Amino acid sequence: MTDEPLLRVSALSKYYGARLGCEDVTFDLWPGEVLAVVGESGSGKTTLLNCLSTRLTPSSGGVSYRMRDGSWRDLYRMSEAERRFLMRTDWGFVHQNPADGLRMTVSAGANVGERLMAIGDRHYGNIRSTAVDWLSRVEIGKDRIDDEPRSFSGGMRQRLQIARNLVTGPRLVFMDEPTGGLDVSVQARLLDLLRGLVTDLGLAAIVVTHDLAVARLLSQRMMVMKDGYVVETGLTDRVLDDPRAPYTQLLVSSILQV
Amino acid sequence: MATPLVVSEVAKSFTMHLRDGIKLPVVADVSFSLATGECAVLGGPSGAGKSSVLKMLYGNYSVDYGQIIVEHGGQLVDLASASPRTVLAVRRDTIGYVSQFLRTVPRVSALDVVAEPLVARGEGREPAREKARELLSLLNLPERLWMLPPATFSGGEQQRVNIARGFITSHPVLLLDEPTASLDAVNREVVVGMIAEKKKQGVALLGIFHDQDVREAVADRIIDVTQFAPARIAA
Amino acid sequence: MNIADYNFAYLDEQTKRMIRRAILKGIAIPGYQVPFASREMPMPYGWGTGGVQITASIIGPDDVLKVIDQGADDTTNAVSIRAFFKKVADVAVTTETAKATIIQTRHRIPEYPLRAGQTLVYQVPIPEPLRFLEPRETETRKMHALEEYGLMHVKLYEDIAKHGRIATTYAYPVKVEGRYVMDPSPTPKFDNPKMHMSPALQLFGAGREKRIYAVPPFTEVVSLDFEDHPFEIQTFDQPCALCGAENVYLDEVILDDKGGHMFVCSDTDHCEKRQAEGHRGHLAPEAMEPAE
Repeated sequence: MTDEPLLRVSALSKYYGARLGCEDVTFDLWPGEVLAVVGESGSGKTTLLNCLSTRLTPSSGGVSYRMRDGSWRDLYRMSEAERRFLMRTDWGFVHQNPADGLRMTVSAGANVGERLMAIGDRHYGNIRSTAVDWLSRVEIGKDRIDDEPRSFSGGMRQRLQIARNLVTGPRLVFMDEPTGGLDVSVQARLLDLLRGLVTDLGLAAIVVTHDLAVARLLSQRMMVMKDGYVVETGLTDRVLDDPRAPYTQLLVSSILQV
Repeated sequence: MATPLVVSEVAKSFTMHLRDGIKLPVVADVSFSLATGECAVLGGPSGAGKSSVLKMLYGNYSVDYGQIIVEHGGQLVDLASASPRTVLAVRRDTIGYVSQFLRTVPRVSALDVVAEPLVARGEGREPAREKARELLSLLNLPERLWMLPPATFSGGEQQRVNIARGFITSHPVLLLDEPTASLDAVNREVVVGMIAEKKKQGVALLGIFHDQDVREAVADRIIDVTQFAPARIAA
Repeated sequence: MNIADYNFAYLDEQTKRMIRRAILKGIAIPGYQVPFASREMPMPYGWGTGGVQITASIIGPDDVLKVIDQGADDTTNAVSIRAFFKKVADVAVTTETAKATIIQTRHRIPEYPLRAGQTLVYQVPIPEPLRFLEPRETETRKMHALEEYGLMHVKLYEDIAKHGRIATTYAYPVKVEGRYVMDPSPTPKFDNPKMHMSPALQLFGAGREKRIYAVPPFTEVVSLDFEDHPFEIQTFDQPCALCGAENVYLDEVILDDKGGHMFVCSDTDHCEKRQAEGHRGHLAPEAMEPAE
């Protein structure tokens, strides 16, 4: 483990007018660490994710990120150009609905290759072979490389979105309900794939989910949110095995046992 | 003899917020230490808090009070107050754990489930698998199962995968939560042998064994958990 | 209609000034799309209202105007616009590239090399090269501002993936002066190299989309491509059937209903000039019926 964190979040709050989005969130994320943010709809977990990924500007508080050169940068003091560059190289964002993260009218290969072309890759053959490689890593056959994601199943689309995000070797990936809306069997496959990729690539990730099983499988640390506040944090299996906050106890006791 | 683990004055209770916040004390004033090369066994009837003690030592349960000092990477760390990151590091390098039940991951083969803790510590995948094969064959798990995910295995088969996974590393401290519960006599013997081997290597073991024969075979001493029973609130 | 009721070149002077300011800004930032307050013109959108407004704003009494439509001086669009300016500006018109000071064009660049002092005015239907991949104007503007042009290559990638080569043949995207990616209007990519370092001023007007952009003289215009799939222009197997010209852009002309066809210069002025100089293709009238 590296001695320095990758992301530092301090006293982050977001208000929508007078309405609270999330309040006073503070944590550090280390390289290779997966943090699950759980809570029900409206608990502020997606607001938090959007603030962290600079898709929303927080009302107060700060987020700094350790760049590849080791320097620390305040995300909200960066120019938009730098921020967008960071987002398409060193970061990934996996949306719940793959259509939000994919270009549905261009081929799978181009979806994967877009980030490479965006950072100046100009060799068609290399882009294509990288795309083939990434498609196989997310278990999409190379015979599908020229098909549009419109012809893909939900699970395949989600896997394609993951490949599209990981092709530039990001160090931090944000995921918003990555398995939401998928069949249980498809979910299991995706989770296993994600788990493998996160371990193999040493990715740090912040995963927003309402599914505690997803959190258990993917994350080492967990943050429980309710009504915009963080009610409990800790090691994932500690939070799930010995929930302390009233809300966490309710959440854990509400899991259906199969 | 060195003492890699010292537990002092540890207390634990559960607050049941869903039941009007009643407080269930589990254990109090837990104090003991573990020496290298010994196997201590937690004794006492069901509900005395044996599993809770193990889970606190592994960081699965929080600690209300007291200290759990472990020697980790040449330094003393208090697990009762350590950050999640430190707990993870301790689990990776210092404290191993064989739980009662295997938490299976879909689509990962039994072999890789066993090899994983070694890979996590930086061992190459192939050497780790080689060691996993040795352990699985030692535990008499049929070879045709090795490449299958353990989700569909029988209880005994899963348990053996779990044991192999826990024993594959050379953690200086190893916690065992009823590792032999669903094993037949032959495999129980194998596990007893493996524990003896660990002791020879200087590992400090702490376990829960309901099986009398196994307990007698492995235990150097019994830590009676009933002595840590919290003072009952007058009912 | 009494033409005396109209200002010189149809547009009022304030409008011309506004358009000239947009043109100057366009020249100052080569390839950048400058928004302007496009006016209603006495012709429908799609007929070159953008080009006509630019021409109206820059034309003076001494100018000589040439108008081409797909290379031809004699098609409806070209004839109408030429007649329009003859009427509202009373300027001299020509079909000869060399004699013109302003050439308004729909989708071609003349074969005869342009010289310094000439202005080429393009009629542009959709000025935004990123439009078909990114429908949001707010986003495309940002992409231009931040030079995020990866998407343009996605389009070329798709071409190669689907057709084995870059199949875009017209409106082929270019990068201007190493900065802005620009749609050269739906000219054949055959003409792209002519834009590079051209001594003439090139102005682009999109009336419906209300955008003006420009390539000043001697400006670098590079067609986008991949290292292993470099930019190439179209080539033709045979010379022009009428004037025998090679290395020019040819149109296919259907001769009968039995599959007969011929390829002739798309630039009619160029073709006629060569024929007048005595060049003959294999289907030229004199070649078929030799003089007695």
